[in-house]
Amino acid sequence: MSNPARTYHHAHHFPSAQDESEAAKLGMWVFLATEILLFSGLFMAYASYRYTHPEMFKTVHQLLDWKLGAVNTMVLIFSSLTMALSVRSAQLSKQGQTVGFLAITLLCGAAFLVVKYFEYSHKFHLGTLPGGGPLGHWNPDYAALTAEHGADFVAKLKSVESPHIFIGIYFLMTGLHGVHVIIGMLAITWALVRSMRGDFSSKYFFPVECVGLYWHLVDLIWIYLFPLLYLVG
Amino acid sequence: MTQYTPSSSEPGQRPPSFWNSSHGLSSWLFTLDHKRIGVMYLAFVWFAFMLGGVFALLVRTELLTAGKTIVDPDTYNQLFTLHGAVMVFLVIIPSIPASLGNIILPIQLGAKDVAFPRINLASFYIYVIGALIALYSIFSGAVDTGWTFYTPYSTTSNSSVSTMVLAAFILGFSSIFTGLNFIATVHRLRAPGMTFFRMPLFVWALYATSVIQILATPVLGITLLLLIAERVLHVGIFDPALGGDPVLFQHFFWFYSHPAVYIMIVPGFGVVSDLISTFSRKAIFGYRAIALSSIGIAIVGFLVWGHHMFTSGQSELAGMIFSGLTFLIAIPTAIKVLNWIATLYKGSIVLRTPMWYTLGFLWLFTIGGLTGLYLATMSLDLHLHDTYFVVAHFHYVMMGGTMFAFIGGLHYWWPKFTGKMYSEKLGNWACALAFIGFNLTFGSQFFLGVAGMPRRYYNYLPQFEPLHQLSTIGSYILGFGFFLTLVCLLRSLKSGTDAGDNPWEATTLEWKTSSPPPLENFLGQPTVDRGPYDRAAGGGH
Repeated sequence: MSNPARTYHHAHHFPSAQDESEAAKLGMWVFLATEILLFSGLFMAYASYRYTHPEMFKTVHQLLDWKLGAVNTMVLIFSSLTMALSVRSAQLSKQGQTVGFLAITLLCGAAFLVVKYFEYSHKFHLGTLPGGGPLGHWNPDYAALTAEHGADFVAKLKSVESPHIFIGIYFLMTGLHGVHVIIGMLAITWALVRSMRGDFSSKYFFPVECVGLYWHLVDLIWIYLFPLLYLVG
Repeated sequence: MTQYTPSSSEPGQRPPSFWNSSHGLSSWLFTLDHKRIGVMYLAFVWFAFMLGGVFALLVRTELLTAGKTIVDPDTYNQLFTLHGAVMVFLVIIPSIPASLGNIILPIQLGAKDVAFPRINLASFYIYVIGALIALYSIFSGAVDTGWTFYTPYSTTSNSSVSTMVLAAFILGFSSIFTGLNFIATVHRLRAPGMTFFRMPLFVWALYATSVIQILATPVLGITLLLLIAERVLHVGIFDPALGGDPVLFQHFFWFYSHPAVYIMIVPGFGVVSDLISTFSRKAIFGYRAIALSSIGIAIVGFLVWGHHMFTSGQSELAGMIFSGLTFLIAIPTAIKVLNWIATLYKGSIVLRTPMWYTLGFLWLFTIGGLTGLYLATMSLDLHLHDTYFVVAHFHYVMMGGTMFAFIGGLHYWWPKFTGKMYSEKLGNWACALAFIGFNLTFGSQFFLGVAGMPRRYYNYLPQFEPLHQLSTIGSYILGFGFFLTLVCLLRSLKSGTDAGDNPWEATTLEWKTSSPPPLENFLGQPTVDRGPYDRAAGGGH
């Protein structure tokens, strides 16, 4: 049972709690539209350079570890399931389950970031970083790359035009996505704390729903990023 | 008349207005009241307007004579960049929606507030933070790229491009939050009986604007982030020296910034629609056509960005398609203008200051709109591209259109949200001076442009001097006119007479509540059973 002291009263400029919930969800959907358009610029940059530099994309993408990418994809899809279950639990006033599912979702987000950390640090290690020219950070350690990918690959990597652009797009896309994962985790933490306080019930659960919508979008963007970046060859 | 019956009509029993409902600085800084947030926005927008105006006057003064007049070329580049960036991002985009829209839209809908008051307040503070960063960029080596930040110059310039770009990025969020709020408010907080086709046209225009803000602004956000990434990390997407494509930047930039032109002008259409109906004492002609043409502009406006790149090396086919689509946008725009003129026809026209601004708008916007067709014509644009003709064209639309509508709307709603009537005489003088000054400043620039004077140049050939001087003199008159407007409005706060609830005999819902309105706008919930401009049964007194 939720704490009676926390019985929810809707914001008084709305005619009813139903109206408030509908408005919040509409607002969230509109906000998600802005998020998609924010990423759309990166997808356009990707499409533009994939079109003009197909060989380069095919070659440089091999620097990414598709196995780690696949693991992260699984983690996020699973977290979408637990997020949906937490919304369902909130709707049914099952506080314990809501808290549990939100906690699992949060852990999945953390696991995703840990895997991402290993991917990034490997690239720092190899010098396969964004930025061409004397001021950029594209400075591959070819000896280490030869050991990892073979001499043929390194010869190919040296021959293609502007390899730093793919890595630049990779870091921008996954970096912006990573920022969204962190924001999503903060939102889930907020919902988790409120859920533990017993704020949510079948009469009032739209905050969990909105956090859920946001988290699903974060997952959805990753589901596009994974094949476009890791499986493009 | 059945629209709204206050539960107590005795003046003595009125609740305090939103100005007096609570006191102290923190009651303003942490307010969630849409009217107070709108007033704070208004103050900041005016401050930015004066700042951008000073930059403009400095630019015009420098151009008074060929060669050096007051500043060196580098400072000149910074001045016109700052003028553009301040006027676009800090003034015109937030002007009507965030100030007048914030104050008036919920009242016109019969709502107590916007849907998300806290996001509304956040939007204001994000605006302030963005504005402060923009100001900071002025002192840390002002930007000299022009407000369009074209690559590759913007990726190599030593001026504080990143700071100004960051400011514009942050300001984008403020714009998105306002748009998001208005969309949810229009969908969820209309008074009982207020169907979509009973909404005032000001609301329709703000709704269309919000849709553009929501869909276009994020693209600017990512473009600006990419520009910062280019400068800091040398990613190479936009920099040709690193294998990048500078024209891609132009596509990204104008995908936002052309729709942004409609973010700037469509709210002005809304203001003018309300004002023309009120001061013609007549229901608006072609209500649905005007309402839906706003949506038409919002949609087609997304498909015309390539007309900024006729000379940037895009394919001829792309140029032809963009040219055709650009002509298309003249249709919904002309629908509006012709309906406004039809509203004037046989109306009982009342020439008060807001109406003078409205007529000024009609005149100036029509010139601005029609000269847009010249520029949409590819063959002509090859000659006129990047000349003063373009400068004159968009000032006729942005300044003569949006700012005249904004100031007209400000005079119109001023008595509503301050409760005070300004001096009609002073208001008329200010409007006349602004109108004359405006036409001198920018009318002359059409001729300069056709004669071949390129925009943004520090120096010019001797034969351009007379027109440049005419333009500069005009800009002083224009600046004085706007200064007089400010004096006129501020003076009314001290010495203005009480305006009364409906000084204009207007019909929309905001005139049914007291001036200034109480905290939640109405005493009880108004209901609506007729169109917004229906005078037949009881608008006015």
